[in-house]
Amino acid sequence: MTLNGQVEAVYRNESRRVLATLIRVLGDFDLAEEALHEAFFVAVQRWPEDGVPDNPRAWLVSTGRFKAIDRLRRQARFTPFLQEQADTLEAAQWSDEDVEDDRLRLIFTCCHPALAPDAQAALTLREICDLSTEAIAHAFLVTPTTIAQRIVRAKGKIREAKIPYQVPSRAELPERLDSVLRVIYLVFNEGYSASTGTDLTREDLTAEAIRLGRLLVELLPEPEVMGLLALMLLHESRRSARTSASGELVLLDAQDRGLWDTSLMAEGCAWVEQVLTTRRFGPYCLQAAIAAVHAEAPSAEQTDWRQIVGLYDVLLRAMPSPVVELNRAVAVAMEQGPTAGLTLVDSILLRGELQDYHLAHSARGEFCRQLGRIEEARAAYEKALSLTQQTPEKRFLERRLTELPPRQ
Amino acid sequence: MKYLCLIYSDEQLLHTSPDSPKDPECFAYAEAIQASGRMLAAEPLQPVNTATTVRMRNGKVSITDGPFAETKEQLAGFYLIEASDLNEALQVAGGIPAARVGSVEVRPVRELNLA
Repeated sequence: MTLNGQVEAVYRNESRRVLATLIRVLGDFDLAEEALHEAFFVAVQRWPEDGVPDNPRAWLVSTGRFKAIDRLRRQARFTPFLQEQADTLEAAQWSDEDVEDDRLRLIFTCCHPALAPDAQAALTLREICDLSTEAIAHAFLVTPTTIAQRIVRAKGKIREAKIPYQVPSRAELPERLDSVLRVIYLVFNEGYSASTGTDLTREDLTAEAIRLGRLLVELLPEPEVMGLLALMLLHESRRSARTSASGELVLLDAQDRGLWDTSLMAEGCAWVEQVLTTRRFGPYCLQAAIAAVHAEAPSAEQTDWRQIVGLYDVLLRAMPSPVVELNRAVAVAMEQGPTAGLTLVDSILLRGELQDYHLAHSARGEFCRQLGRIEEARAAYEKALSLTQQTPEKRFLERRLTELPPRQ
Repeated sequence: MKYLCLIYSDEQLLHTSPDSPKDPECFAYAEAIQASGRMLAAEPLQPVNTATTVRMRNGKVSITDGPFAETKEQLAGFYLIEASDLNEALQVAGGIPAARVGSVEVRPVRELNLA
């Protein structure tokens, strides 16, 4: 490998760990980012002559730390209080053994619930995944300026309100971990089903979310962390079967199961099995278990729907939500027929819930169509169509409408 | 670091909801924070109908009845605390009994730059 190739490889493998440690050592995101770049700049100059150090990570942290102290001293001529900061940093004991894996602190800080949810996602993608603001902006369909502002505001709050750079205590962990998992799943879903626009999936984001999931499992192997990773792997395994060659949405029961990615699927199922043995499973694991039952079925008809309904019952107790109820209704319809499904969906809608959720109306349309109640099906599909902005979903509903027998 | 915890609540609900704290509970919590060494000050306030707003414009004082802005939730009291970081401040704020019926806004105190 050429030396430049080696530096690049070190950057790829180590830059986030080096950054995470520099933030801890320097106590400031921006200072740490500048220090990281300066350290790599020095590496590119020095390593050709001196060779790559035995422990490049420790070398980079140490070099970055010195560069940050230098920088503060230079700026201290104009801003005296920086001198104090530089002195404090220099006086702090430092040895290469202090290089621990600080990425978990970084993750918990970026996903701190005191930050706005959209800022949590942007900061996580920027700091932990090293995506550029342009790439994040593209993924979330907003301007780079918007993303840059969110990140600046979040960093400002971390500094001014003093959000600590630490992994939460055992007592706080469940609630704080929820926040981290929500961010990762949001990133995944943003990639998996774009809320607007023409592409149904944006692979970069799903890949980043899975990478984050794997990292978190490595750093914090809690059941729900494994559950979320399993859930993402199982969804991802079906991605290429989810859209047809012409970009049409293909529902689970009509998917060509030969297109499912068997290695992702096997990995997802293995995680589900592992979590189920802990007996400490929560909503992510239960959703993954449902996805695993689908994964193991040779066809929609041969799916163990009874088991899926049972898992939804448990999920509904763990996480009461009308959306989960709707999904359960679809499973019940598969097990017991469309009349049972329709009764459940109507009871949700009658309670006044999910009335603006296109999938509730599209499920109602499906059940009515299967029962031969054509005009009701038409009305439900039309209602669903008026409620979604996703182009593939719109095309799917339009197709369903044209397939109905013409109005009498 | 100092944090100001501003307790907001709908005054109609503050003392009438089933979750409403009674004075002894509020006092006991303040005592506990005091004992932990994090208390700088804490006071409950009289209702907003006792509020008066003062403005000084072009050297002239204007005095008006009522709070600065009419909102659904009113300022009902405050805690000024010393905490090592936001997490610790949030923990103190979350324990304030009135948080059960209202909400607590946690704001870091800005150090005046006197240089």
